[in-house]
Amino acid sequence: MPSQSVKLSCKNIWKVFGGNAEKIMNETNSENLDETLKEQGCVVGVRQANIEIYEGEIFVIMGLSGSGKSTLVRLLSRLIEPTAGEIIFDGKNLLDATEEEMIEIRRHKMGMVFQHFALLPHLTVLGNVAFPLEVQGVSKVEREKQARQVIELVGLKGRENYYPSELSGGQQQRVGIARSLAVEPELWFLDEPFSALDPLIRREMQDEFLRLQNVLHKTITFITHDFDEAIRLADRIAIMKDGRVVQIGTAEELVLNPADAYVEEFTSHVSKAKVLTVGSVMAAPLNANDVAGHVSVKDLIADVAVKVEAADKPLAVLDANGEVVGSLSRDKVISVLVAGEGYAGD
Amino acid sequence: MLFFASLILAANAKGWSKILGMKWVMKYPAGWRLPLKSHITNGMEWLVEEASFGLFTFKEFTRGIAYLLELPLDFATAIFSTGFRSGLGNEAVQVLPPISWIAVIIIVFAIGHFARAMKLTPAKMSLAIFAMLCFLYLAVFGQWESSMITLSSIVIAVPMGVIGGVLIGTCGYRWPKFEKAISPLLDLMQTMPIFAYLVPILFLFGFGPVAAMIATVIYAMPPMVRITIMALKNVPSEIVDFGYMAGCTRRQLMWKVLVPSAAPGLMVGVNQVIMLSLNMVIIASMIGAGGLGYDVLTSLRRLDIGGGLEAGVAIVVLAIALDRLSQAFAEQNDMALVHHHAQKPFLKRHQWSLISGAAILFFGIGGYVVDAFQIYPESWEVTTASFWEASVKYLNVNFYDQFEALKTALLTTFMIPVKRFLLGLPWPWVCVMLALIGWQLGGWRLSLLCVVLSLFIVVTGQWQKAMITVYLCSISVVIAGLIGVPLGILAAEKPTANRIIQGAIDTLQTLPSFVYLIPVVMLFRVGDFAAMIAVVLYALAPAVRYTIHGLRQIDPSLIEAGIVSGCTKRQLLWKVKLPIAVPEILLGMNQTVMLAISMLVITALVGTRDLGQEVYIALTKADTGRGLIAGLSIAFIAIIADRLINAGAKKLRQRHH
Ligand SMILES: Nc1ncnc2c1ncn2[C@@H]1O[C@H](COP(=O)(O)OP(=O)(O)O)[C@@H](O)[C@H]1O
Ligand SMILES: [Mg+2]
Repeated sequence: MPSQSVKLSCKNIWKVFGGNAEKIMNETNSENLDETLKEQGCVVGVRQANIEIYEGEIFVIMGLSGSGKSTLVRLLSRLIEPTAGEIIFDGKNLLDATEEEMIEIRRHKMGMVFQHFALLPHLTVLGNVAFPLEVQGVSKVEREKQARQVIELVGLKGRENYYPSELSGGQQQRVGIARSLAVEPELWFLDEPFSALDPLIRREMQDEFLRLQNVLHKTITFITHDFDEAIRLADRIAIMKDGRVVQIGTAEELVLNPADAYVEEFTSHVSKAKVLTVGSVMAAPLNANDVAGHVSVKDLIADVAVKVEAADKPLAVLDANGEVVGSLSRDKVISVLVAGEGYAGD
Repeated sequence: MLFFASLILAANAKGWSKILGMKWVMKYPAGWRLPLKSHITNGMEWLVEEASFGLFTFKEFTRGIAYLLELPLDFATAIFSTGFRSGLGNEAVQVLPPISWIAVIIIVFAIGHFARAMKLTPAKMSLAIFAMLCFLYLAVFGQWESSMITLSSIVIAVPMGVIGGVLIGTCGYRWPKFEKAISPLLDLMQTMPIFAYLVPILFLFGFGPVAAMIATVIYAMPPMVRITIMALKNVPSEIVDFGYMAGCTRRQLMWKVLVPSAAPGLMVGVNQVIMLSLNMVIIASMIGAGGLGYDVLTSLRRLDIGGGLEAGVAIVVLAIALDRLSQAFAEQNDMALVHHHAQKPFLKRHQWSLISGAAILFFGIGGYVVDAFQIYPESWEVTTASFWEASVKYLNVNFYDQFEALKTALLTTFMIPVKRFLLGLPWPWVCVMLALIGWQLGGWRLSLLCVVLSLFIVVTGQWQKAMITVYLCSISVVIAGLIGVPLGILAAEKPTANRIIQGAIDTLQTLPSFVYLIPVVMLFRVGDFAAMIAVVLYALAPAVRYTIHGLRQIDPSLIEAGIVSGCTKRQLLWKVKLPIAVPEILLGMNQTVMLAISMLVITALVGTRDLGQEVYIALTKADTGRGLIAGLSIAFIAIIADRLINAGAKKLRQRHH
């Protein structure tokens, strides 16, 4: 589980596209800001976003297309300059970094994966993966050695000399992933990395991604418009709408306490058993004789369902220290499974 | 109304102005002229004679550049044409011969093969064979030596134009302000007649192949700049983002990410540069380029029809071969095929480079033994000159009366009256009319532009000549329109006609502009009429193209609505299709005007008395001021026409929607 030190955060960050957005923002008071911006033909990409991303977690930003996800992630990586607000990376304001410092930070600490792969068409797989090292001036022998290692890591061994146009979409994105990992970044941004892939391949890639993260423990900002993908991967999820961050929380929190109708709508199509943990539905502890085994507080209902249903008595629920904190009955599990779509906890 | 007023005015203005003592209305007095011409000429002279950067003078600077450019050019010429020599003048001994003609043909074949080698299509040999045949043609028809001189200047000019264009283009991409600054300059360079900047080049760099090459590069570069900027802007934004995220410096981003990603787009530009350089071949020979262009030019001056046509056709053949080859390279951007190719064994991959190398050596050494290996034997040459002469003679003998009749009829009923009309108009009246039209079509900005540009022509004392340019241009455009628009309609309506017409138009467009002059002069001799015919031929293509396009792009539901309401075919055309296509056709006419103006300058060679002639004279006298002023005046006429027609088309379109 992630430790709780903040790796990257942003405070009150705004991005307004269009001519003299900065001036308008400084001169207009908050009430008629929206109208004024609209009149001047400005488009608000991100509106007053506050986010904290913890070291080692997978932080998913989710929202419909056009809700400002890409804009937010490009702000966090400072590919675009914010109109207002600040970005703190490892305790320092990223906006204070000079151009040279930014280049250094990106060379060693950041990696990004793109929706449409963004591979360089004139380079082979090996050339593409070695490219970030090449611009750092790493010698050819050394960078190709490192590149081969990551290529093997993503399962593309044997394709080193292929060109991107010879690979399938899934393979191309593996190259994209390998390339972003070649410099061993601390921060890993992925902007809808699997959206352009077929559903089957997408699932495979998600598994692959989780496997990689188990080995690598990066701090990850992952963007998707697919809630199923978000709950499979996320430690925490931020939901965006019209440039605003509407709610941040674990999948369970979002399902149990949606901040508004929009979030509720988003989460209502999800199978609840995959989101709710045992802890959120358990009943009071029972006597040791009345239970037939145990599950953990943090297990998902979907993962323990078979076990509970096979048992003839309820199961005891244990916390991280092995203390009994509750019980889980078969009826409860069935009601979560059946309620499926509509169920929102007790 | 105003038009009739103009008519009456034109007829009588001269008389009236005499009576009123206002002669200045008709003829802008010499005393009022801005001495811009002599200022520029003096300025240039000062630059060349006196300007100095301290360590070295301006003259040394330009001659230094010329010297630097001469090195690669000499090298290329040595390879293709003269061979490497040591020693000076007549005592020079050839150290190494130029590449044997057989080796060149084999190399061309190899290049054609290579351009398609990656493709898996069965027809991959066809290009190689075609290119080879083109070069064989040059040898068989006795154009080899001149062709190789031309080729060696192309071989140097094209990379320079491409590299220069890419460099300027990347700057334009990186600094939008720079792009804004060069954009009108590029416009001007593309509308300004080439002759106009031949003069300062001649002045700065002297007469010779180097000056000619500089002119060629300057002429061929603007489209490369444009295409570079566009191709860079079209690189997907994700790729740019990736470049930044990989930690590229700005320079790395440009040269390692953007330019390679934009390469397929850039190749289109390379093809353009090649075509424009070949277009320049004849004009460049006016300031010292040798080769095919020089042959055409001298034949034209001697009215040696056969020789001119032969060399002209050779230019076309060379152009077509290089065009097809470079297009094949432009299309070859599928890296998968490159990979496939790279997997073949070494010998197979490099078979053609090896064969070419062997051919160079074999025929080079063999050339010492068998002359025919080195130089295509003269006795094998076929000349078509006498055939052309004979056919022209035949036409002239048998159809002389008809040609004369046509010429006189058009001249007396159409051309001369228009000329009288335009020359009869007082200049203040024309300026006011232009201002009014500009204001009507595009508001006060356009109006102001028209007035300023036309006043420039007036105050520099170019009015009379400018009006002759306008007269020749408008006559040619009207005739081109009368021929081109119906052809376009025909092509749009009938698929078979379309194929023939499109084919003809494509060929017309690959011909260098000078080539049109030769047959025209042969049949109609020098004068306004011959100039007009050449201009019409050259400027016809866009009128046809845009008409076809305008008719094709009409929303089918509109046509169905016409059919349903019971239109006959004729009514459908006249009442539905043509009115809708008018804005598009207007844009085509605009292109026609632009081409006509650029061709007019070239027709100065056949004895017109317009601004083109002025530029041409300036060129022969190396009078920079005169050439530049006349050149600018032509460019300004083109700009006025362009802006007015565009504004008109825009207005029409708005009314439709
Ligand atoms: N460079 C830009 N200029 C103007 N508007 C932009 C620009 N980039 C994004 N936008 C606008 O900002 C909003 C958010 O876009 P984006 O962040 O790409 O959304 P998402 O990634 O969630 O689909 C959209 O309305 C989009 O039109
Ligand atoms: Mg996006």
